[in-house]
Amino acid sequence: MQEKVKRGFARAAGLALAAAGLATGVARAELQPWKDGLYDAYAIDLGGFVEARNGWRLQNDPHEKDASIAEMRLQLEAGRDIGRGSLKLKGDLLGDFVTDDYTALLREGNFLFSPLAAMDMKLGRQVLTWGTGDLLFINDLFPKDWKSFFIGRDDEYLKAPSDAVKASYFHELANVDLVFVPFFNPSEHINGERLSYWNPVLGETAGQNYRMDEEERSSFGRDSEVALRLAKNYGGTELALYHYAGFWKTPEGFDPAAMELIYPRLSVYGASGRGQLWGGIANIEAGFYDSRQDQDGDDPMLRNSEWRFLAGFERELARDFTGSVQYYVEWMQDYEAYKESLTAGSPARDEFRHLFTLRLTKLLMNQNLIVSFFAYYSPSDQDCYLRPKVRYRIDDQWTIEAGGNFFYGSDDFTFFGQFEDNTNAYASLRWSF
Amino acid sequence: MMNKTVSLLPLATFFLCAATWASAAPAVDEIVDKANKAAYYAGNDGKANVTMTITDSQGRTRNREFVILRHDSRDGGEQQFYVFFKKPSDVRKTVFLVHKYTDKDDNRWMYLPDLDLVKRIAASDKRTSFMGSHFFYEDVSGRGINEDKHELLKEEDTFYVLKNTPKDPVSVEFSSYLVWIDKKTFLPMKAEYADKADKPYRIVEALEVEDVQGHPTVTKSRVQDFTSGGETVTEFANITYDLGLDESIFTERYLRKPPREVHR
Repeated sequence: MQEKVKRGFARAAGLALAAAGLATGVARAELQPWKDGLYDAYAIDLGGFVEARNGWRLQNDPHEKDASIAEMRLQLEAGRDIGRGSLKLKGDLLGDFVTDDYTALLREGNFLFSPLAAMDMKLGRQVLTWGTGDLLFINDLFPKDWKSFFIGRDDEYLKAPSDAVKASYFHELANVDLVFVPFFNPSEHINGERLSYWNPVLGETAGQNYRMDEEERSSFGRDSEVALRLAKNYGGTELALYHYAGFWKTPEGFDPAAMELIYPRLSVYGASGRGQLWGGIANIEAGFYDSRQDQDGDDPMLRNSEWRFLAGFERELARDFTGSVQYYVEWMQDYEAYKESLTAGSPARDEFRHLFTLRLTKLLMNQNLIVSFFAYYSPSDQDCYLRPKVRYRIDDQWTIEAGGNFFYGSDDFTFFGQFEDNTNAYASLRWSF
Repeated sequence: MMNKTVSLLPLATFFLCAATWASAAPAVDEIVDKANKAAYYAGNDGKANVTMTITDSQGRTRNREFVILRHDSRDGGEQQFYVFFKKPSDVRKTVFLVHKYTDKDDNRWMYLPDLDLVKRIAASDKRTSFMGSHFFYEDVSGRGINEDKHELLKEEDTFYVLKNTPKDPVSVEFSSYLVWIDKKTFLPMKAEYADKADKPYRIVEALEVEDVQGHPTVTKSRVQDFTSGGETVTEFANITYDLGLDESIFTERYLRKPPREVHR
């Protein structure tokens, strides 16, 4: 254990020094005038950061490495106005020392313009978010990156980009947003690559020892997704209706013949509201998940339809100290059919999965030190996931951050309980420009 | 009947307008009303590039840079603010939107471009630091004038000196504050806040005033915090009034698609 921590620190320190060296080198080259010059000459607006991030498991995981995260990252973002629109490119160069990959990832590459006075369009790779939940999603069926979230990457990386066309029409009655994704964009889910998980096929926790094949959904039309939102702001009360036609974003199905995970068809119908209440902000959201390949709920290999509901409240508790709570529930439909369909011995899910979240955020030292805590707790699953984090802005460029991802559960097969062996702590150093 | 505040000279003072000049000392309510309109309601809308230099007690500085757009629904009444951050780089392109009301809590939103997230912000305590500076949110979008009792303490050669006492003392960190209001322009030029022991601990003042499109406008202001020993200096550049900003700019659409007015 001690050895592990020492190694983690050594590597973190090494990465930090490398980042520091690189950043001070760049800083010495007086980046700001160069950036201003770039803007003046080509109207290109440039920004980004260099970051070293390192984390390690706080216990042994028989299926995974000790290091939960070890990476160097350079993010570059460039924007330019072209005619009446704007072009944005944002990408990361990533050296990942856990998977030993060196990759270039495009996070955004899109063109945003207004074809009509009351209409905006965004074409290309983009990050999309809507809905009212705080780290809980009902009507936001845009892809997430749960790996990044659980290993302690910056919050930005929880949202994976979509390759999509987004059209928005603005009208007095309501605003309409329509997102078309030509080829299904699944979420980055936990598959054992760097985080261990409960494998229902094996009936035990698995990791790198058992990676499952996945169905590919890549044919235009058949594997396209559509997401729709109607939204209206009534003097500060924001109401919205949603529809989604596509697929479960994580593989909620299994094809025993092909021995592969599948993404069953899904339609979602939902609504949300958000506004001021009791000196704070209250939100509610609901959605019906229609699992279209298992509408009777009697196929044990496919997830049943379900209702999802959430209600939240946030307010300032004291100066620079904010607290929020949420209640969230998943209500499985056709529960009897589901139970009857299960093979003897396999663990059954509950009909209701209740979940509470708590967020506390305290700003200190002129808001340069941010101490935050986020917790998920499920009384029905008897598991929880805690996310403490401390962030300090050393100056306008340098930021350090440390935090943890703590999983606990009574059972190995519950949503958060399955990740118990992945409990980790991390630290990072970032230089922004 | 006035329904706005004077105490917020800090940030929004640059939006002040020329006030009518009275020869005899007007009633205190009238001064407060004129000062409020001078400091917050110049023109029907306005724009400025703002830089803040935050200095802590040890002399270390941090910088903030943003563009602010303002639109008035009604002079002395509801208005909207759109703040587009440029620096520091970790908040680059973040947008802060405020719908200010005179009879209820403001609505506030924050847009985080990396997540494409439109976040609602609880607006209960307005006397918290704006972006880590020594200015408060209330200094940016306004303190309701009905929240204080106002009295004309004295009349100097060039200033009316008003004493303002909060009606709900528990909700604020000061016991009262004095405001020096320029007799000609009705611009609040200095505010001095006294703590619960009646000792001055915070001063907000206008350092430079220029005429912009006929509106006397604060182009440089400073807040000093004697408790922490730090200060923030704010400078306003490229100030323009009456751009004809459409009210629709202050909606979710333009959080996700910043208007051309905020580009360099």
